[in-house]
Amino acid sequence: MSHLQLDRVSAYYGAFQAVADVSLNIEPCSITALIGPSGCGKSTLLRTINRLHETIPGARVTGDVRLNGQDVLGPGSDPVEVRSRVGMVFQRANPFPTMSISENVLAGVKLRGRRLAPKQAEQVVERSLKAANLWQETKDRLKKSGAGLSGGQQQRLCIARAIAVQPEVLLMDEPCSALDPASTAAIEELMVTLKSDYTVVVVTHNLAQAARVSDQTAFMSVDRAGQPGRLIEHGSTVSLFNAPTQTATCDYIAGKFG
Amino acid sequence: MTAFADQLLPVELEERAPDDLSQLLTADRVADPVDASRAADAQPAARGVPPKPAEQSEQPVQLGPSTQSDRAARPDRSDSAARADQPVQRSARAGRPGRNLGDIGWRGLTLAAAVTTVLALGSVMAFLALEGAPAVAGDATDLPAQAPDIWALTWPLLFGSAWVSGLALAVAAPVGVGIALFSVLIARRRLGGWLGASIDILAAVPSVVYGLWGLTVLAPLVAPAYAWVADRLGWIPFLAGPASATGRTVLTAAMVLAVMVLPLVASLSREVIRLVPSNLIEGALALGATRWEMIRLVVLPQARSGITAGVMLALGRALGETMAVAMVLSPTPFLISFHLLRSENPGTVASFIAQNFPEAHGLETNALIWLGLVLFALTFLINSLARTLVRPKGGTT
Repeated sequence: MSHLQLDRVSAYYGAFQAVADVSLNIEPCSITALIGPSGCGKSTLLRTINRLHETIPGARVTGDVRLNGQDVLGPGSDPVEVRSRVGMVFQRANPFPTMSISENVLAGVKLRGRRLAPKQAEQVVERSLKAANLWQETKDRLKKSGAGLSGGQQQRLCIARAIAVQPEVLLMDEPCSALDPASTAAIEELMVTLKSDYTVVVVTHNLAQAARVSDQTAFMSVDRAGQPGRLIEHGSTVSLFNAPTQTATCDYIAGKFG
Repeated sequence: MTAFADQLLPVELEERAPDDLSQLLTADRVADPVDASRAADAQPAARGVPPKPAEQSEQPVQLGPSTQSDRAARPDRSDSAARADQPVQRSARAGRPGRNLGDIGWRGLTLAAAVTTVLALGSVMAFLALEGAPAVAGDATDLPAQAPDIWALTWPLLFGSAWVSGLALAVAAPVGVGIALFSVLIARRRLGGWLGASIDILAAVPSVVYGLWGLTVLAPLVAPAYAWVADRLGWIPFLAGPASATGRTVLTAAMVLAVMVLPLVASLSREVIRLVPSNLIEGALALGATRWEMIRLVVLPQARSGITAGVMLALGRALGETMAVAMVLSPTPFLISFHLLRSENPGTVASFIAQNFPEAHGLETNALIWLGLVLFALTFLINSLARTLVRPKGGTT
């Protein structure tokens, strides 16, 4: 339920600049979609928010990211603490294969060092799986491995794992790109319900999806390969899709490139 | 190392060969539906397959039916092949003989290799059993080291082997896994590569050199430390004095062995740790795990089976190691002792055999071969244990 502000964020992989000077204001309890052609730095930008970008050797970030006014990137901020407030769902579902479904959901909770009584743990599992719309399918097999679920179910398990710790922001990096339409619909439906509790930022290649689920849309693009990605336009989804102010946005939405 | 590797490989082949063979044969037959239908009436002769390989497999009967069912499962391909007109079929047939000859040649070669290894293992086992038996069956006279009976000789040496190897692994396993974790996940890429290369060099040092190093460098170096430890910490049972003045104790031998087997643990662990999917690592980090928590949560469970295999391989090498131990340790006959620092030390099976074989004759030789059989059985046991441990928990991703 937090306000997220990006101010002149640039991201680098070694000498290569992937994102240049992105300033973005992300409202609490909304869904913001990041769209743009491949290689425009949307995923990189997303990964700067939870400081996952800098875990890659040679990668660094400049600029300011503020979560509820609090500096995320500065020296006084602990990346582990940031990541416990900013959950993330990845493009490929990545449940921990050696753990059962309920252990997966509780993984983040246990990392916080919170000791849960079995009853409490059950409640967390049930609440999270219900919120991720997975409870009905998994309630009889909570002790089984998460690797036995279908792709869409695994992705919802990852969402359950991310929201079990009740983060303030939920980042989703192309969460549906590896899923079939039915699973995609399930996840989209879920995103809309999650919006009442979380600030959601979603990277997507699917323009229709951005138009369906998001409140705000930010369009990023890159002039040509080797150049850093820039934010071209940002606004409410309705206005960006119906009345884009930039020609690049217009061309991208019309399917002329990307 | 070679002793263990020799045992490991044939066992694997022996266990897997029948399945693999039948799979190979089946796969080959159904690979080409045209050929499968053609071969149905005159199978062995037309395919040029000698009946021998089929008999080697445990389920030769299954070959026919499974071929049939596989063909049935892919009616589309057979149909299209049947419907295909003459020229296509002819060209397909024209393409066959050369490829087929190559297939047969390769199959023969690989089969020969597999059979040879199995035969080698069998002959080693037969040799050990036949030559070792008289030592157990015969009178207890004339055994090496004037042993009263064969078991009085066997148990202390077996204990010595297990004790020294166990100590070596207790040091090498955590250090080796630590090196692997550091070089893959923590160190910068260049440092990690450099570390990996130096570990690999460590593996290439001959064991005689390790023995020399242990004898002339390590033992004198640790002797004063042993005296100090025995003095201050002598109340701990393992560390009771009097400490050896030369430093040539079980602990020193174990340290030399630990350095020797460290590369095995480290390089195998490094390979499996490198294979841990990065999306799992990122998933753990994104969940708010520290680096250590990420390692515990994702990396170690994923790499567990590979690390276990590395440790077991290292244990096998440590058990079979002869030279380094023989050079460092001067054993006291028939001693079973847990003391780490004293000058009286148990011997190990492998070094005992090496030291006594040149002068052995008659039943003494049989007794030494019997000891070899015992060591073989022990490593075999450890190998089987490793197999049951290695089965990964949960699914794979």
